[in-house]
Amino acid sequence: MSNNNKKWFSLNLNSRKKESNTCGCGNASGGCHSNAPKQELSEKEFFDAAVNASIGEERTRDGFDQVFDVKMDRRSAFKKLTASLLIGAGAVSTSCSVITDDETKEKAQIDWEEQFKGNYKLMSDDEKKATVDRLVRSYQLRTGKTISMSSKNAEADVLFGYAFNISKCQGYMDCVSACVKENNQDRSSQMQYIRIHEMKDGKGLSFDEADDNYYHEVPAEGHFYLGTQCFHCDNPPCVEVCPVQATWREDDGLVVVDYDWCVGCRYCMAACPYDGRRFNWSKPEVPENEVNHNQHYLGNRMRKKGVMEKCTFCVQRSRSGKNPACVEACPTGARVFGNLLDPNSTIRWVLENKKVFRLKEDLGTEPKFWYYMD
Amino acid sequence: MRQLKVFSSLVKDSLDTITHGSKKYHIWMAFLTFIMLVGMYCYSIQLDEGLQVTGMTDRVSWGLYISNFTFLVGVAAAAVMLVMPTYVLKDIDFKQAVLIGEGLAVAALIMCLAFVVADMGGPSVLWHMIPGIGVFNFPNSMLTWDVLVLNGYLFLNITIPFYILFRHYQGKDSNPKVYVPGAILSVFWAVAIHLVTAFLYQGLQARPFWNNALLGPRFLASAFAAGPALIILVLAIIRTFTEFNIKDKTIKKIALVVTVAAQINLIMLFSELFKEFYAPTHHSESAYYLFFGLHGKGALLPWIWTAIPLNILATVLLTFHKLRNNLKVLYFCCFILFVAIWIEKGFGLIVPGFIPGPYGKIAEYTPTGIEIGVTLGIWALGAMVFTVLAKTAIKIETGKLRYKNSQ
Repeated sequence: MSNNNKKWFSLNLNSRKKESNTCGCGNASGGCHSNAPKQELSEKEFFDAAVNASIGEERTRDGFDQVFDVKMDRRSAFKKLTASLLIGAGAVSTSCSVITDDETKEKAQIDWEEQFKGNYKLMSDDEKKATVDRLVRSYQLRTGKTISMSSKNAEADVLFGYAFNISKCQGYMDCVSACVKENNQDRSSQMQYIRIHEMKDGKGLSFDEADDNYYHEVPAEGHFYLGTQCFHCDNPPCVEVCPVQATWREDDGLVVVDYDWCVGCRYCMAACPYDGRRFNWSKPEVPENEVNHNQHYLGNRMRKKGVMEKCTFCVQRSRSGKNPACVEACPTGARVFGNLLDPNSTIRWVLENKKVFRLKEDLGTEPKFWYYMD
Repeated sequence: MRQLKVFSSLVKDSLDTITHGSKKYHIWMAFLTFIMLVGMYCYSIQLDEGLQVTGMTDRVSWGLYISNFTFLVGVAAAAVMLVMPTYVLKDIDFKQAVLIGEGLAVAALIMCLAFVVADMGGPSVLWHMIPGIGVFNFPNSMLTWDVLVLNGYLFLNITIPFYILFRHYQGKDSNPKVYVPGAILSVFWAVAIHLVTAFLYQGLQARPFWNNALLGPRFLASAFAAGPALIILVLAIIRTFTEFNIKDKTIKKIALVVTVAAQINLIMLFSELFKEFYAPTHHSESAYYLFFGLHGKGALLPWIWTAIPLNILATVLLTFHKLRNNLKVLYFCCFILFVAIWIEKGFGLIVPGFIPGPYGKIAEYTPTGIEIGVTLGIWALGAMVFTVLAKTAIKIETGKLRYKNSQ
């Protein structure tokens, strides 16, 4: 594992479980915690080491020297600050305590590393795997259940695109419920990535007169239906405005969010012209028996409150060769998904043989989501 | 070493200053503390339950916090209207007021930062935004520009008055060669903070209500009206309650600044209204919603129809020399102008940006009690910061607080 070129600071407490060869996450090849010290430390030793790590040689110097004669750049200054914070809070309550058991300590260790890990976008493959392993282990410790989480990268020569047949959609909303189930969306706030707009015949595409929240039998007489979701723009305004690069466009065209790096400023939401983003205003809740255990780090893994999320074209499915859940669930065949770079794909056939259009093309966002009619 | 000793003595003396005062002063501080505690309690609920306790939703995702943030950036920028005449144009009439103006800028900036933090979904990971440790999306994201200019402006507005007061505290004169470059820089910087904040909204092609070239200039005009108006009100209070001598002439000169800015602001408002309503397009719907309501929904109507008449009334009254030179009328005008611009640039700007939504959906926004509590708490924080700064500064400037005296 690439400890040497880490792009962020991580500090190891709770080095106990390093005694065994296999580490707590069950990953023998050393995906997680492999940078922890090898031998067990006593409490006293741990405390000394922690103090050393944070203030080091300054213990032997007087106050003035400590303040004015320190050679460090800003980065190491902040590292030391964080380290001293750790001694105060985390270490005292967990690692130094004699009553907490190993599992609690492991949880604390995982929480610590997760809190101070870097941006997924900038991680090496090993680092991606490490954080995925930590999240899997953390879920196991908390619920006793095992999930599988992927950190699969974009494949070469793949660019995902989507097409929606307005003539076929009957407004059944099977896609919406399949999406919610597949992507572990918050049930309490009824979050939905897809909106189906019920439009009146003869009025063209007048969205302002459409109803995206209907509760009646469909298809309703004199209406047609049009679905919107994140369009995975090739020139996404949401990505530009994010102050911390917590959202970005992957090489296969998917616009994704690192839920753990998002600070929740909602600037991307204001910048999106397509209503494609959803925010976790409260702690998202999914009943334990409804959780989809087949997850991807950038996709349907469990979110927390105060972060942004959105449609990822079901990255956990699309990157393993399957269609997104909405495409699979659609009973009318109105939804087409595929690789735009594959000349034999259905999506390419649609783009070449149908009169297709996109929404708000004048904004220059280049959505990869086309509409067409039979 | 001597400097450190003077500094620690200054800190001690100012602590002494701010903890002693008249009965009214103590009641004022106790009142602010109480509001701040209420605000902190409301914020603790928000931290615990998430932003669902606010009125914001996926449809209107910025509300009261960002409205106040936008407005207060303007108040902070307004200090330049005192700094420029004093340090650059060497107009001595402004000299007494400039420290107060800079203190107000510091308080406003602290409120700005507090409002941004209050609006964050994940305040515990805010370190992701610190350049060097986190990932700073500079120069692409206007928000990172805003972080830089706001903190830089805060730094300038703390260091310049601090240097001057520090010298005066020791009974020495301040050296213009030290602070004038900083003051000149802060003039440009003040324009920058407000333009950058306007660009934050102006740069979003998704929101036609904001995506208009007049937004930045209008921000400046309204800021240079509302900010100095607040400064006049504060000076009036200081004049009444302390022996700090502020001449009528100073206040009248600031009033002239307010007047010109308010006039320009009004012209820009008319230009905007003309564009939206003469040949309305799909992009005028937000303005329609703001001024007339859409599809029977008009939560903002009472607000904007309070703001516009107040704005026009204040500007007209201020335009007549006779009325403006009557201090009672002036204070009244400043007050209503301040309220009008707070509404216009807060609620009246941020909320309609989201209504109607990208697909025409009209979902209204009403702030909740908790949101209002946090907002009041932050305003109280700002008032307290300003009171503390002003009290110390006034005592030094009136010569009552001196280094030697404390020995």
